[in-house]
Amino acid sequence: MDWLFFGEISLAGLAMGGLYALIALGFVIIYKATRVINFAIGEIMMFAAYLFLAFAGGMEMSPWVAVPLAVLGGALLGGVIEKTMIRPMLGESPISVVMVTIGIASILVGLVEMIWTSNPQLLPSFLPREPVFIGPMYLAPKIAYGFLIGMSVLVLYLLYFRFSRGGVALRATASDQAAAYSMGINVRRVFNLAWVFGSLAASVAGILVAATGGLSPQFGIIGLSVLVVVIVGGLDSILGALIAGVFIGWLETVAGAYLGGEYRMPATFAVLAVILVLKPYGLFGTHEIERV
Amino acid sequence: MSILEISQLSLSFGGVHALQDVSFQVPRDTITTVIGPNGAGKTSLFNCISGFYKPQEGEIRYQGQPLKGVKPPKRAAMGLARTFQNIALFRGMTVLDNIKLGAHVHMKTGLLSSLAYFGRARREEMEIREEVERRIIDFLEIDHIRRHPVASLPYGLQKRVELARALAMRPKVLMLDEPVAGMNREEKEDMARFILDIREEWDITVLMVEHDMGMVMDISDHIAVLNFGQVIAEGEPEDVQQNPEVIKAYLGNSDIDSLRKRLNPDREAA
Amino acid sequence: MRIGDAKQTYLADEAIWTSNTQKIWFALLLAALLAFPFMASSYLLYLGCLVGIAVISATGLNILTGYTGLISLGQAGFMGVGAYTVAWLSNNTALPFPVTLLAAGLLAAAVGILVGLPSLRVKGLYLAIATLAASVFLHFIFAEWEPVTGGMEGQSLQPAHLLGLEFRSDFAMYFIILPLAVLALLAAKNLFRTRVGRAFIAIRDRDISAEILGIPLLKYKLMSFALSSFYAGVAGGLFAYFYRVVTPESFPLSMSIFYLAAVIVGGMGNLLGGILGAAFMTLVPEALKLLTAVMTPIWPNAPVFMSPMLEIIFGALIVGFLIFEPHGLAEIWRRIRRFFHLWPFRS
Repeated sequence: MDWLFFGEISLAGLAMGGLYALIALGFVIIYKATRVINFAIGEIMMFAAYLFLAFAGGMEMSPWVAVPLAVLGGALLGGVIEKTMIRPMLGESPISVVMVTIGIASILVGLVEMIWTSNPQLLPSFLPREPVFIGPMYLAPKIAYGFLIGMSVLVLYLLYFRFSRGGVALRATASDQAAAYSMGINVRRVFNLAWVFGSLAASVAGILVAATGGLSPQFGIIGLSVLVVVIVGGLDSILGALIAGVFIGWLETVAGAYLGGEYRMPATFAVLAVILVLKPYGLFGTHEIERV
Repeated sequence: MSILEISQLSLSFGGVHALQDVSFQVPRDTITTVIGPNGAGKTSLFNCISGFYKPQEGEIRYQGQPLKGVKPPKRAAMGLARTFQNIALFRGMTVLDNIKLGAHVHMKTGLLSSLAYFGRARREEMEIREEVERRIIDFLEIDHIRRHPVASLPYGLQKRVELARALAMRPKVLMLDEPVAGMNREEKEDMARFILDIREEWDITVLMVEHDMGMVMDISDHIAVLNFGQVIAEGEPEDVQQNPEVIKAYLGNSDIDSLRKRLNPDREAA
Repeated sequence: MRIGDAKQTYLADEAIWTSNTQKIWFALLLAALLAFPFMASSYLLYLGCLVGIAVISATGLNILTGYTGLISLGQAGFMGVGAYTVAWLSNNTALPFPVTLLAAGLLAAAVGILVGLPSLRVKGLYLAIATLAASVFLHFIFAEWEPVTGGMEGQSLQPAHLLGLEFRSDFAMYFIILPLAVLALLAAKNLFRTRVGRAFIAIRDRDISAEILGIPLLKYKLMSFALSSFYAGVAGGLFAYFYRVVTPESFPLSMSIFYLAAVIVGGMGNLLGGILGAAFMTLVPEALKLLTAVMTPIWPNAPVFMSPMLEIIFGALIVGFLIFEPHGLAEIWRRIRRFFHLWPFRS
């Protein structure tokens, strides 16, 4: 066995996994606060990446401007979606709400195709290009820097939720909506914020992933991998999202490299199936006690 | 002889003891009532008997048979029927279908004959329809609403439909979780009459949880008092009414006069 | 307008068509459906067949998702199982179509039971994810198990046949699809006026109470999965006979979502809803194509916008119906009927 190759693949996989962790974090934030499973997260990522393409490519803005603008655009999109399409569904069955997010995904794909056509596109490169070596192992610079940026955002998020006022409100709402409401927390605002923050994290990751792998209206399929991550980690566990994100990213890349691209999804979904049977609520998720 | 014997039942969730060493008997052909302050563990007890909660210790015997390991649907088939505290009707069905559903365990139609609606399926459906109409709908005086979706009914009628569904289960023991909660006086009287009739005419033992002391004292043959997960008294209504432990549980001190008022509202009024 | 439909027996009261008016309308509808292929253009006939297949599959999904409350993202996968079964049998045996379609349904049902097994422990959205996993695995098997499925290329198949007759044209296929669709609907209608159907609905409305009232949850959930996938398998088998070619890409995830959308737009837990939804969602793309054809002379760019437009309309229909008309087209239809029920005395 070629250990160097294995090491390099693993490294690339782990870096990809870091980005998965960031997306999954966005997913979990939305789920924890609003109990909505967001099937449109891949499409929100895609939308932000296309925005970046428009700002940096079409309008030739500097990446320093284009990236923040695109990320804000993605975050804004999340907020608008919550306000216009998710809020009216408050109190409806989870199945219905999930279907709404699936509908939203379809609308976003259509919009993107209409504006940017369905052809695959390359993002203007904005990351350093010197090759990165860790020991003897080579890592593509886009992946390495993407990972670093993604991790910094992730750490900022964790700090924010631990210490800021908004973060506390969000955690309070997540653990008991009614109690949070009676303590004067504006639950509606928290819902909206969760979507904004969740989409923001996804948008950052979206731009970084698109920078390495290119962009097309099918980009949103990455949402399926993220779904695997959050189920394996446990829908309401941030720690679970991080660990499962890294693991699934690694597994997907290794399976792809050794068995072929067609094995990527079956490999991760096999893990998902095993988890569903052994630990239905994920590695770190909470099992809700049922009442009659 | 007792139809249900509960002995040394303990149930806890994490560190919370919902039931501790609970023992009491439900004598056959009686109306037995479990009373106690909110959170005393009454509904948990019902859930243990139904098999939804699994008690960590103790035993429930039904007709002399231990129920441990028997799944909820099997218990229903053995004759343990119940209603729920927060009305658990199936909102997507009509009154009639809700009641028919109660007879589920006594029917045998499988998937294939259901699809064909021929032979046994049709015969069985007709038999059930007839039984439900004749014995239950007439008895509970709900014939005018049989076609209504249950969600559109007022609260009192919903409670009555739930009772109808439980009766369709052909129970030997009928467990009623707060059958008159939230009802007005007239509805309460109707319900009390139904419960008495059920015991007299249907040969069914009734086990009930209820807060309305007037009704409890009027119709119960046997009462068990639960407080903080423990049985603190058991006996006939008159004995329980006098029991100092019970008085303490309800009032925290011994303000007996006001308790008497609560326990005997009707007599007080008269 | 009709009034007064007093019944003499419970049997009459529980019949599917409880009044003569209903019977007459149904007979007229059936006659129209039978006459349709003799009058319709080949394009309309083609659409008629597609709608018929979609109705069968949507009804199956409605049984599982609409009536039992178990959301499935695996419908396309189950259809694929049926389609590949029919394809393989038609290429390797001389069995007539009733046998191959039955086999398609049964094999799909078996797979459905397997997929439903996690419902022993998980429910709600976790179960939906399990069905999603199943559809990923099935797609993988369709693409990779070359000796049986033909791999990525897929396989073409012989036309359906019975007693020496070949069903090659759309016209001929219509007369297989229509009776099966009617049969599928009748069976479902029967199901929901008997014990098993009631158990399904009870599980959807309140699963825990249902269990305490005597319904073994796993058994009935698996039954619902089996039945729903049986319908999907038969629909998939018809799909295979209709197009006479099956590839892994014939049954993408988007098809599962299409069927969920059809059931939602039509009306969950309503058989009429399944019919309306399947027809509506099948015809929307065609209507859009028509519109594009009309627009192209004026606006040459129209074809470019058609496919994205379709995605947007598709999504907007899902979102719009869920927010504004959660009971779907069936509810709209009910309102229309109510209006005419009392018309002209009241409006």
